[in-house]
Amino acid sequence: MTDVPVTTRKDWSTDQEVRWCPGCGDYSILTAVQLLMPELGVRREDTVFVSGIGCAARFPYYMNTYGLHAIHGRSPAVATGLAMARGDLHVWVVGGDGDMMSIGGNHLIHALRRNVNLNILLFNNQIYGLTKGQYSPTSERGKVTKSTPHGSVEQPFNAVSLALGAEASFVARTHDMDRGHMQEMFRRAHDHPGAALVEVYQNCNVFNDGAFAAITKRDARDSMLIDLRHGEPVRFGADGEFGVVIEDGRARVVTVADVGVDALVVHDETDPDPSVAFSLSRLANTNDVPTPVGVFRAVDRSEYGSAVTAQIAASQAKAGPGDLHKLLHSRPTWQVA
Amino acid sequence: MTDIAQQADDVRKADGIVLRFAGDSGDGMQLTGDRFTSASALFGNDLATLPEFPAEIRAPAGTLAGVSSFQVHISDHDITTPGDAPTVLVAMNPAALKSDLRLLKPGGTVIVNSDAFNERNLAKAGYETSPLTDSTLDGYTVVTAPMTDLTKRACQDLGVKPRDAERSKNFFALGLVSWLYSRPVKPTVDWIDGKFAGRDTVIAANKAAFAAGHAFGETAELGASRLMVAPAALDPGTYTNINGNTALSWGLIAASQQAGIPLFLGSYPITPASDILHELARHKNFGVRTLQAEDEIAAVGAALGAAYGGHIGVTTTSGPGMALKAETVGLAVSLEVPLVVIDIQRGGPSTGLPTKTEAADLLMAMYGRHGEAPLPIVAALSPSDCFFAAIEAVRIAVEHRTPVILMSDGYLANSSEPWRIPDVEQLGSIDIEFASRPNHVNDEGEAVFWPFRRDERLVRPWAIPGTPDLMHRIGGIEKEDGSGNISYEPDNHQAMVRLRAERIALIAQHISPVEVIGDPDADVAVVGWGSTWGAITGARRRLESAGHALAHIHLRHLNPLPANLGGLLSSFERVVVPEMNMGQLCRMLRAEYLVDAKSVTKVSGQPFTAAELAEAFYREIETVGAAR
Repeated sequence: MTDVPVTTRKDWSTDQEVRWCPGCGDYSILTAVQLLMPELGVRREDTVFVSGIGCAARFPYYMNTYGLHAIHGRSPAVATGLAMARGDLHVWVVGGDGDMMSIGGNHLIHALRRNVNLNILLFNNQIYGLTKGQYSPTSERGKVTKSTPHGSVEQPFNAVSLALGAEASFVARTHDMDRGHMQEMFRRAHDHPGAALVEVYQNCNVFNDGAFAAITKRDARDSMLIDLRHGEPVRFGADGEFGVVIEDGRARVVTVADVGVDALVVHDETDPDPSVAFSLSRLANTNDVPTPVGVFRAVDRSEYGSAVTAQIAASQAKAGPGDLHKLLHSRPTWQVA
Repeated sequence: MTDIAQQADDVRKADGIVLRFAGDSGDGMQLTGDRFTSASALFGNDLATLPEFPAEIRAPAGTLAGVSSFQVHISDHDITTPGDAPTVLVAMNPAALKSDLRLLKPGGTVIVNSDAFNERNLAKAGYETSPLTDSTLDGYTVVTAPMTDLTKRACQDLGVKPRDAERSKNFFALGLVSWLYSRPVKPTVDWIDGKFAGRDTVIAANKAAFAAGHAFGETAELGASRLMVAPAALDPGTYTNINGNTALSWGLIAASQQAGIPLFLGSYPITPASDILHELARHKNFGVRTLQAEDEIAAVGAALGAAYGGHIGVTTTSGPGMALKAETVGLAVSLEVPLVVIDIQRGGPSTGLPTKTEAADLLMAMYGRHGEAPLPIVAALSPSDCFFAAIEAVRIAVEHRTPVILMSDGYLANSSEPWRIPDVEQLGSIDIEFASRPNHVNDEGEAVFWPFRRDERLVRPWAIPGTPDLMHRIGGIEKEDGSGNISYEPDNHQAMVRLRAERIALIAQHISPVEVIGDPDADVAVVGWGSTWGAITGARRRLESAGHALAHIHLRHLNPLPANLGGLLSSFERVVVPEMNMGQLCRMLRAEYLVDAKSVTKVSGQPFTAAELAEAFYREIETVGAAR
């Protein structure tokens, strides 16, 4: 095995014209990924981007790797087959909230449950973009769109809660306004053996502009983003004046001065019990309250493809490699002379 | 208990018997039939089976809805169907008798478990008086045995609880018919030992019941009813008894070995296809990966993903699953990746008849995708032929980089027949070539890879991830031929639609021409596909032995149709197309060749019998003759 060649962003970019709307949050995510890839120590030919349908799903066309643009909602299923067959590859799955949580919701939860070695980037803009502006499964109640002229009456999904409920072994959240944080989350996802879900709050400046502005604009971040750091008390604010406590199993935002630092919950992303991570995910069900970002959960669990491969190896060790002649004669036989 | 098969000289000879075991779903009729079949196979008979069971796991005991049957035709010569009508009916309860007596040949033999004919069971079956004492069974040879009671008695000293002992009564029935029809005993005794290893009381009870049934035949002086069916003179070789789903599974494994790349199965449980998933999951030492997916769509999606990664991607299902997979199959058409989609057809529409057979998915296989999405279709014609059909489907898929639909049906899936095991060295190879280097020079003079640059067969390269310098992006959006770049250009789409049609049509040059079975100069030609092969063959033989000529053409390939088919059909006065649907192939042939083909249809959930088809074909022969 020779060393992985040194590459730059240019090596990971294709010559295809990027066709997102000017100002779309997808550009900053693409830049973050293209800049990160040379640092991961992997080969382009061993990297595959798989996507479904939607604005986000055009992502593979812009990465100079192998790329498979599949059909709406099915990318986690297609990627599951690829990752099971080819444990040597680094498989990334990219899709939006409609793709992954509406039409493809079933595949997403089962990929997470099985713990297939996939890095799943969920671009959540809380709207259908490519079909020009219908509400999505993450749109807030009351949302007025073309398909909800009187306001949505549906309860939205919280992607992090959903993933934790689906037994995900790695769940993180980031946003499109902070390249450094995105790259940190994407790198962690890449390093995680198993299914890693990263929800990216992404601005759709055409159909849902400013959906996350209250928490992601530069001057709001300190007080509105709760940066989860493993082993540290959960604390935020320009001077760390706010924090989070867990009371009766529920997370609650407090003023540190009122409760003292020792009362704050210390974040443990490796906790086998997802209850605290889930409580943290429930802090923000709308985009106007302090919202946790970072790695909610990162636990070791048997990776699906490796477990399947191990069964094959064990079977071959026990029964020997497959012998077709033997198989065809494995049931009672008789001779006709 | 002596092994009577060897010493049945005094027994009347018969050239064949059609035996039908019928009982409650919980009576173990499928197992009993299967054991009788295996013993007959090892004895050297030719045989064909027809298992029939309700979709419910346990319908209410004793009811007509709960009747489970297993028909087996054993013969001293080559046969192709499970028989027109049973000559012997084993009825374990009144419901079984009520449900299946109508099938029995006039003058046939009825063997009943008289213990089950109590008032309660008679009422459940809708009998006002007992058929054992009224005139219902007049004209039949009736053998009554108190099977439940005798089984309990046989087990009473074995430490088996009476309730458990009762469950062995199917072995009593098996023992009795084994004696009556001179079956070897040892295979069944050995099988009991193996199957129930570690459960000594179960072994003891089943063996005791089997022996008691056997002895009952001898002591009840049933000698006049005994029959002997001698071994059949089949082609020399090593044989095994195999059903369609097992043969199909082994065919997939064989194809993977021939191609030298691993097999990947994505599947979601569905009757009658699930046994393929079960069988392949057992053979991990062949490098087989099986995924029981979250749904039908994920199953085909994962198979497509594995195929993209260089494995043989396969998905198995039945009609409802085919409907769900359609969009992904269309993606495979657009991507031009190998994918094998296996449809074990059952009665439809919707949930339809899950455990009954039908072959009404042909037009769905042909046209059941949005847009112009042609793909090759391959069909199996007998249980053992599922092995070769699977290999052919894989061969076309990987060599021509296309999804292929392989069609079997519920009848082939569960029926079994003796199979002369092929020499694995003679199976040939499947040619796989993964792309390894750039195949185009761009305007700047650089060597680049074009994923849709085609060879002379219009087949594009299979470039799998992990191959340096060939990174490329493909998807379901229309792409420019050659470069594979997204293209919405009108002329390009027109060209791509035509290319996709042409490349599938070109496969006709890479498949065997069809041959005429029977008399190529006959007035009437029968064109069949799928499991009708057995009944058509049986019908043809009957007509031939009655002095009538018939030509039989059976299609392995439904798309593209064999290159010589059109010319062949034009040489006959009349073309008849029997199908287990409302005339789907007939419609295709009429459209393709402007031939005035006649349809013969059956959609009852049961296969054609040879008798039905012989009659239908005879009518056509007569009509053509009369017109002369």
